[in-house]
Amino acid sequence: MSEFAIEARGLVKQFGSTRAVDGVDLAVGPGRVLGLLGPNGAGKTTIVRILATLTRPDSGSATVADHDVVTEADQVRSRIGLTGQFASVDNRLTGFENLLLIGRLLGQSRRDARQGARTLLARFELAGAADRPVQGYSGGMRRRLDLAASLVGKPRILFLDEPTTGLDPRARRQLWNLIGELVTAGTTVLLTTQYLEEADALAEDILVIDHGRVIARGSPDELKARIGTRTLVVRPASPSAVETVSRVMTELTGSQPERQGGRLSVPANDPDLLSALVRRLDELEIALAELLLRSASLDEVFLALTGQRVESEQDQPQVES
Amino acid sequence: MKSLPASGLEQTFSLAWRSIVQLRRNPWELGDYSFQPILFLLLFVYVFGGAIAGSTDDYLTYMLPGIVVMNMMFVTVYVGHGLNTDLTSGYFDRLRAMPVARWAPLAGRITADLVKQAWSIVLLLGLGWLMGFRMEAPVWGLLSMVLLVLVFALAFSWVSVLVGVIARDPEHVHLFGFTALFPVTFVSNVFVPVETMPGWLQGVVMANPVSVLSDASRGLLLGGPWLAQAGITLAWAVGIIAVFAPLSLWALRRRLK
Ligand SMILES: Nc1ncnc2c1ncn2[C@@H]1O[C@H](COP(=O)(O)OP(=O)(O)O)[C@@H](O)[C@H]1O
Ligand SMILES: [Mg+2]
Repeated sequence: MSEFAIEARGLVKQFGSTRAVDGVDLAVGPGRVLGLLGPNGAGKTTIVRILATLTRPDSGSATVADHDVVTEADQVRSRIGLTGQFASVDNRLTGFENLLLIGRLLGQSRRDARQGARTLLARFELAGAADRPVQGYSGGMRRRLDLAASLVGKPRILFLDEPTTGLDPRARRQLWNLIGELVTAGTTVLLTTQYLEEADALAEDILVIDHGRVIARGSPDELKARIGTRTLVVRPASPSAVETVSRVMTELTGSQPERQGGRLSVPANDPDLLSALVRRLDELEIALAELLLRSASLDEVFLALTGQRVESEQDQPQVES
Repeated sequence: MKSLPASGLEQTFSLAWRSIVQLRRNPWELGDYSFQPILFLLLFVYVFGGAIAGSTDDYLTYMLPGIVVMNMMFVTVYVGHGLNTDLTSGYFDRLRAMPVARWAPLAGRITADLVKQAWSIVLLLGLGWLMGFRMEAPVWGLLSMVLLVLVFALAFSWVSVLVGVIARDPEHVHLFGFTALFPVTFVSNVFVPVETMPGWLQGVVMANPVSVLSDASRGLLLGGPWLAQAGITLAWAVGIIAVFAPLSLWALRRRLK
């Protein structure tokens, strides 16, 4: 018996000339939540697919619930739930029929499958839409149904690949709450995300992935200490003041702000920083056109960890506070 | 409530149930094998029948068995179409990440196909009867004809599986299926007897398994000779399965790599 619910050593997967996964080690203790954080194309989905028995690694090995994902795939499959990157529910069935079918495929009696489906639909706030075809569901409803479908077999281990990508903030919160409840109930979760905020909200341990490699690992607090979770953004009303403001920001935060046009941004962890800055600039009689504190974007995480920007174009949610 | 994985056979039936329930929300597919054959039947019998066979009744007698065969070919397209939809949407992955027998998703599709086929055959024969078609063979002739058509459908659906595995998206399955099937079904003796065609074409038409199966069906329904044609049809069925089943499974393994 391993002390880990999920354990992988030296995973490698190559597609043509792309090394999608390049020597990844990871371990998730029972009942814990690991977040894989990385940009598009980092290899997150491929790692999940290997662990969920959908793809064989070229080298390395992994066990899930003490069973090897390659040689004991069937034992692994009966112990996991998987919610893929794109909601994979049947659009032409109703929500109820989707869950009923999964229950039947898992060997539940007709009665148990029906009952289980209704219970899950109620818990995921889909009872009202249960008998409507999934075609007409919103993105958030579809995601919730997808998650519910992964839970029909009551798995102790759950894989969630970008569970909230493409959802609006409200639907995202709702899904976070549902995932939180599962974790409280003791489910082991491995999830992937492109959002630091999401990894912070859900995961106890985070692996930062880039180009198929783990470039940083730690608890959200450890990573935040290295990265700075928030970014202070300042734009003086007059461009001639940019130099002075930049100097003040360096003094207060200890790091050189980044400059984009007339706008300066710097990682900021100290909650008193904002008022300190306002006071200093007031003394210097510098007027500001813009002043805000926002969550660090993935781009900034990568900049802090690797000194490089994320290569791929992507939409990053800028949650302003 | 500990659940044991269902047996592969039960899973096959559950997945077949899924394909059939889906039809409620896919009027297009249902139309393709309900209204389309009805339209063909009415159009050919009442518009062209008199010119082709001298009377619409005679033409109905000639053409009804053939149109059942032609329709069977078009219905099989949906095996590949459905499979491709599951592959491109990620639903297939969901099934693969569950303790579902490896062969159940395909077997479920093919089982559902046979149910749809049976529905289409009953629909066409029923409409034919209303239009005046009368069998001249005993009931076993009818049952054998239905069985033979279903056996060939089972074999031919492997061709559709291959297309479904290879195609980029479901629209391409449709496009390929229908463009390939029009010549295959029209260059046959479904609509007109082969004797009316130029000599060079007759060879092609008679070699076409659609013609062979149509002849066998006519024989079984109308009391004519059928044994030899049924034998050739079965040989075709075995040959198609021997080639396309391994090819499809190989292509599927490659796609899922
Ligand atoms: N089936 C595949 N065939 C070819 N290349 C692939 C395949 N799956 C993933 N890749 C490539 O592997 C890399 C990692 O992809 P992926 O695991 O999907 O990353 P992420 O989920 O982090 O966005 C990307 O460069 C992607 O293009
Ligand atoms: Mg991905």
